[in-house]
Amino acid sequence: MKPSRKRLTKFRRQRFAGPVLVVAALLTIGSAFSIASALPSAQKSEASAQSTLVGEGKQIFLRGCSSCHGLNAEGGAIAPSLIGVGAAAVDFQVGTGRMPMADMSQQAMRKKPIYDATQTAALAAYVASLAPGPAAVDPASLTWERDGNVAQGGALFRTNCAMCHNFAAQGGALSNGKYAPTLMGVEPQHIYEAMITGPQSMPKFSDKTITPAEKLSIIKWIKAAQSEPAIGGASLGRVGPVTEGLLVWTLGLGLLVAVAVWLAMKAR
Amino acid sequence: MKKSEKVAGSVAGYVDDRTGAAAWAKKNLTKVFPDHWSFMLGEIALYSFVILLLSGVFLTFWFDPSQQEVIYNGSYSPLSHVAMSSSYASTLHISFDVRGGLLMRQIHHWAALIFLAAIVVHLLRVFFTGAFRKPREANWLIGIGLLTLGIVEGFLGYSLPDDLLSGTGVRIAEAIMQAIPVVGSYLSYFAFGGAFPGHVFIPRIYIVHVLLLPGIFLALITVHLMLVWYQKHTQYPGPGRKETNVVGYPLMPVYMAKAGGFFFIVFGITAFLGAVASINPIWLYGPYTPGQISAGSQPDWYMGWMDGLVRMAPPLETHAFGHTISWNILLPGLIIPGILFAGMAAYPFIEAWISGDNREHHLLDRPRNVPNRTALGAMSLSFMIIALANGGNDVIATHFHLTINGIMWFTRIGLFVVPPIVFIITKRICLSLQRADREIVLHGRETGRLVMTPDGEFLEVHEELTPEKKWTLTQHEQPVPIALPSKGSAWALSPKRVKDVLRSRMSEANATSVASPTESEARELESGHH
Repeated sequence: MKPSRKRLTKFRRQRFAGPVLVVAALLTIGSAFSIASALPSAQKSEASAQSTLVGEGKQIFLRGCSSCHGLNAEGGAIAPSLIGVGAAAVDFQVGTGRMPMADMSQQAMRKKPIYDATQTAALAAYVASLAPGPAAVDPASLTWERDGNVAQGGALFRTNCAMCHNFAAQGGALSNGKYAPTLMGVEPQHIYEAMITGPQSMPKFSDKTITPAEKLSIIKWIKAAQSEPAIGGASLGRVGPVTEGLLVWTLGLGLLVAVAVWLAMKAR
Repeated sequence: MKKSEKVAGSVAGYVDDRTGAAAWAKKNLTKVFPDHWSFMLGEIALYSFVILLLSGVFLTFWFDPSQQEVIYNGSYSPLSHVAMSSSYASTLHISFDVRGGLLMRQIHHWAALIFLAAIVVHLLRVFFTGAFRKPREANWLIGIGLLTLGIVEGFLGYSLPDDLLSGTGVRIAEAIMQAIPVVGSYLSYFAFGGAFPGHVFIPRIYIVHVLLLPGIFLALITVHLMLVWYQKHTQYPGPGRKETNVVGYPLMPVYMAKAGGFFFIVFGITAFLGAVASINPIWLYGPYTPGQISAGSQPDWYMGWMDGLVRMAPPLETHAFGHTISWNILLPGLIIPGILFAGMAAYPFIEAWISGDNREHHLLDRPRNVPNRTALGAMSLSFMIIALANGGNDVIATHFHLTINGIMWFTRIGLFVVPPIVFIITKRICLSLQRADREIVLHGRETGRLVMTPDGEFLEVHEELTPEKKWTLTQHEQPVPIALPSKGSAWALSPKRVKDVLRSRMSEANATSVASPTESEARELESGHH
């Protein structure tokens, strides 16, 4: 112990000891303060950004949605309550152009979105702020291209989806003018959100019914069906034998009868 | 004589010495057939049948009619490692791994659709021109048999690949089987060898599809053609054409060349469709599993009318003595088709009974001159088209933004309302056309040329028809209704009396027509004109 104490005493007696200690103390306190102050300020600014987003969303909601869904999204005679539907439902309905509705017909149809991505996010944030619900799906988190399995997705699709959306995801008719839309050209995150929120006549497919990994497989199968080349020639809409029968009675028999007429004229 | 002619002559002589074929060939190769495009519709059906045989044989080389479960390992990756029946896997193999296999499958399926469509238009031609009348009733019945078997054969072929769509069709066939009162469930168990879907149905229908029915087809088609040969072909009326002659061209060389050429054209058009248009893309449907179904599951068009009837049938069921009678399936699936086909088969006999016409007919009717029959045909056709439209109600609903319920109600009501309206309108059109014929025969064709006489009077010049044309427009018989026999008490309601009254009423309706101009009328007008 003796030699070390001697060294310390020796150091204290140096001339520059005072200023060095002051600088070191200042540095320590300063950096500690800046770290300590930086953490809460980042949280605070995010929260304030969020609250502005919610505020913006509320403004959009009041202008574009409240006439049907009510001033507090509580719903009304012609539109459901949005409390608890979550950001996923908003991202799906607004992001695919279904909402705001063009007309109050059987069901909202897919069209060019009226609100852009930021406005949609604002609306989603506002609706999500009302009550907890499924969050909007980040396209980057959907690794269907990497993790999906086409064959498994096809089997799941045929079991769960084809009965309404048709075997090739071309859409189909439901009762009273309602319909299951075609899935061609639908963004993967919208397909995913539709599965978890069950828009319009569609049932909800919870993560217990179809696991997230299986959902990715379904998306991969839909995308594969969409990009599949017309293997046997013109696809005829992939709606089954109706268009085939139509073609046989128009082009097929039309050509054959025309040839018969021509041959009968030709004989003389 | 050239050397080749010498060789041909000696070969022919050799054959003739031993078989006496020359006399037979001379008689038959020079046989005369009348010429008209509508006589070639049946040929389309015949040639499609040949195409079906050829392409079908090709498909049998690879098709495995078995419901044994296998794991798919072929080159269509969206189905790799999926469990499926061997018949579905082998159909995928034909489509993706056999050279020309998909083309052949598509040619086979298009040919089947053309085959049945051609049979239907041929049948319509025969019906509307009265070609089924004596002595051709038997051939009419054979034709109805061919149509019925064709529908069954087509449905079996559609069922063989065991994809999701065809399995759904088989499921509906099973439901129709089960709807037969009392024996239905036994029949179903018999056909499927137990509960649906079982393991024996596809092997069974395969043998029916490739052996039993084609054999019956070959036999019936042969008899059908032999009867045409023996009874001679009917002809449209015209100058020089009588009930006792046939005006046309000899088989050799005219029809040999035409028929041969037409076969290749039919083959060409079928192959064209097979090459450019996808049909029955089974790889998209997926393998059949009873738990799965696709929206818009449809049968091929020739079953579509029946599917349409099933779709529009109201949910009626009767429970009696521990049995359920499902009228909602029994009625549209068996009773109505049964009535339609039985009525079609019986029609020649019914018409002969109503008209009392027991003579042979080799000259065809112009449809307008038999308004009742033409109207009846149009009426039946409208019934079938409405039923067929409802068979595609879901596709119509999605593509034209209609409600499926609306289409169903439209066809439900339309099925009863539209055919009678079509009957009345068609009959009126026929009578108007008869009137137009009468007019044009008596007054000639309006030329549109106006002439001013020296007195200043304007006249339109009417061009007189050629005698040939006049003959064609006036040759038909004037129908005479059967008078009610006045024997016996007028009010006695014996079954015979009821029958007589019915017959005379129907015969009266059947005989409605515009009188053809008589010779004296024509002469009178002529003298007046000039």
